[in-house]
Amino acid sequence: MTPAMSDAERLLDVDDLRVSFRTEEGVVHAVDGVSFHVDRGEVLAIVGESGSGKTVTGMSLMGLNRSPNATFRGRATLKGRELLSASDAELRRVRGGEIAMIFQDPMTALNPVQRIGDQIVEQIRAHEPLSKAQALDRSVELMERVGVPRAAERLRSYPHEFSGGMRQRVMIAMALSCSPELLIADEPTTALDVTIQAQILRELDQLRRETQAGVILVTHDLGVVAEIADRIAVMYGGRIVEQGTLDELFYDPQHPYTWGLLGSITRVDRDRPGRLPAIAGLPPSLLAPPSGCHFRPRCPHEFDKCVQRPELEVRDPAQPDHCDRCWLAVEDKRRLRVVDGEIGLAAKQGKVVA
Amino acid sequence: MARFVVRRLLSMVLVLFAISILTFLIFQAIPNGDPAVRMAGRLATPEQIAQIRQSWGFDDPIWQQYLTTMGKIFSGDVVSYTQQLNVLDQIKQALPATLSLSIGAGIIWLFFGVLFGLISAIKAGRFTDRALTVLALVGVSTPVFLLGAVALYFLAFKLTIFPNGGYVPLTDDPVDWLYHLILPWCVLSVLFIGVYSRVLRSNVLDTMSEDYVRTARAKGISERRVMVRHVLRNSMIPIISLWSLDFAAVIGGGAILTESVFNLQGVGQYAADSIQQLDVPPVLVVVMLGAFAVVILSALTDVIFAFLDPRIRLTG
Repeated sequence: MTPAMSDAERLLDVDDLRVSFRTEEGVVHAVDGVSFHVDRGEVLAIVGESGSGKTVTGMSLMGLNRSPNATFRGRATLKGRELLSASDAELRRVRGGEIAMIFQDPMTALNPVQRIGDQIVEQIRAHEPLSKAQALDRSVELMERVGVPRAAERLRSYPHEFSGGMRQRVMIAMALSCSPELLIADEPTTALDVTIQAQILRELDQLRRETQAGVILVTHDLGVVAEIADRIAVMYGGRIVEQGTLDELFYDPQHPYTWGLLGSITRVDRDRPGRLPAIAGLPPSLLAPPSGCHFRPRCPHEFDKCVQRPELEVRDPAQPDHCDRCWLAVEDKRRLRVVDGEIGLAAKQGKVVA
Repeated sequence: MARFVVRRLLSMVLVLFAISILTFLIFQAIPNGDPAVRMAGRLATPEQIAQIRQSWGFDDPIWQQYLTTMGKIFSGDVVSYTQQLNVLDQIKQALPATLSLSIGAGIIWLFFGVLFGLISAIKAGRFTDRALTVLALVGVSTPVFLLGAVALYFLAFKLTIFPNGGYVPLTDDPVDWLYHLILPWCVLSVLFIGVYSRVLRSNVLDTMSEDYVRTARAKGISERRVMVRHVLRNSMIPIISLWSLDFAAVIGGGAILTESVFNLQGVGQYAADSIQQLDVPPVLVVVMLGAFAVVILSALTDVIFAFLDPRIRLTG
């Protein structure tokens, strides 16, 4: 977004990424023209509900969802190297080496019949010519770094002997084992207890400061985002509908969907509402998405222009990093988003067709 | 571990007891099953029959007959009704043929079942997969006696590539032993290969969609390593238990049809002949032997399981 940003700091550039899958019901356009970038040491949060395309976006960067039925268009470059068209051999070097991934459910993401140590060693030795003993030594360091007590001993354990939080630490240790430059964390705390969530997030935050790795944090949880993200991209129906810095998104949200998301989180610093507001209607079908704005069928502020596809553009020249896909005028947005004195989405008149 | 062994031994005794009673009673219920009549021959007088009945104890109450027979089995001098030969000696003679058949076939069907299942899963939905699926279904639904007879007719009788049945002990002539066993091995394996390849195919496909396989791919290891170390290893665990039970059944005389078609003179064929003559003692011993093999091998399987899958504990 800022042209002044030097290339040395720019890590990942994604330009107009489109991912579709052929299924028995038709072609699913899971990601529909997504562009973003990640710099060194920066945390970009991709926020959205299930089916918004956020996980597919992350998986596509590593080629983990390649299949005969999947089509990838657009460009995704890591330090200038194209990822989408990379050969399997090139991808193998990238996977676990330059880009590492932390998955949502640590209870199922580790092989149940292999020792933890063997699983970490396997990744290290896939990328570096180390002996098993050397790789084990590194594993001990990694486990200590992410806060696993008695690390050397625990490497001989199996995944079922660990708690959820400890397993996620193992996953993080594994992801960090080859000093990746980009870390994709796909809902890393969703499956964990709230207290453990905070610890894991602090761990991640500290690690990206130490290693200067770029982080893509994929989540549906704005609370997690507020904790460590520098910038946020909000996804809806396969598109980024709003993108900006943490402050811009939280204090000056421009897209009605973002208002809805912000309006539906509980806040400990406010009175508890009787019932949490929810956005009426359902996410769009990615088989046959609505024309124009994807949020149109659920949006109370829909007007005639919304049948045209809005581009992701800067709408307020005062905020050059802040862009969104909404046809409403900026001053109208700032007025319409206030519901009962808070940011939120008003109720839609009439029946919601979604 | 000790607790596991004790519980398994106890359950083995129970299984053998139940199986023996059931087998014994079945023969009491079969019409025309009176052994004295059969032993006396066609032209016997009622007096002769009565004498046989008395000397063999067929007049005794059923429970006493059962106890006597079991006593003879465990003291080793149980004799068949028709040929009046020692049953345990007969089985000892038949055992090498049955072991040769079952061990060889067991290896063949495990190997090809896994191989075809894996290929099928990797090529899921494509031509190779469909072709293997059809073959597996044909294999599963072709009866062994038909397949064996057809194989014998064409390969042994018409083309004379293979011998026309029979068994040659390994110690007599290893090459001839192999030569005589190739057809029976293949015929017995066909059914199991069909079943195993289908089971493994679905296990592999299930495992491939597991999160930890995605993790393995995300590590940047080769696809081959992902398949062998992560997918295959986890998919094989159910196959192992299937295999050990089938293998135990074949050792315990379960390959009755294959042994008979190829005239291997094994335990299964001995059982088949004895059943035809309603000869209780051999059938009883063979059935108990089979049950014994199944129980022992399933206990062994549990031990192997505990090694393969650290989440499993041996509790019996």
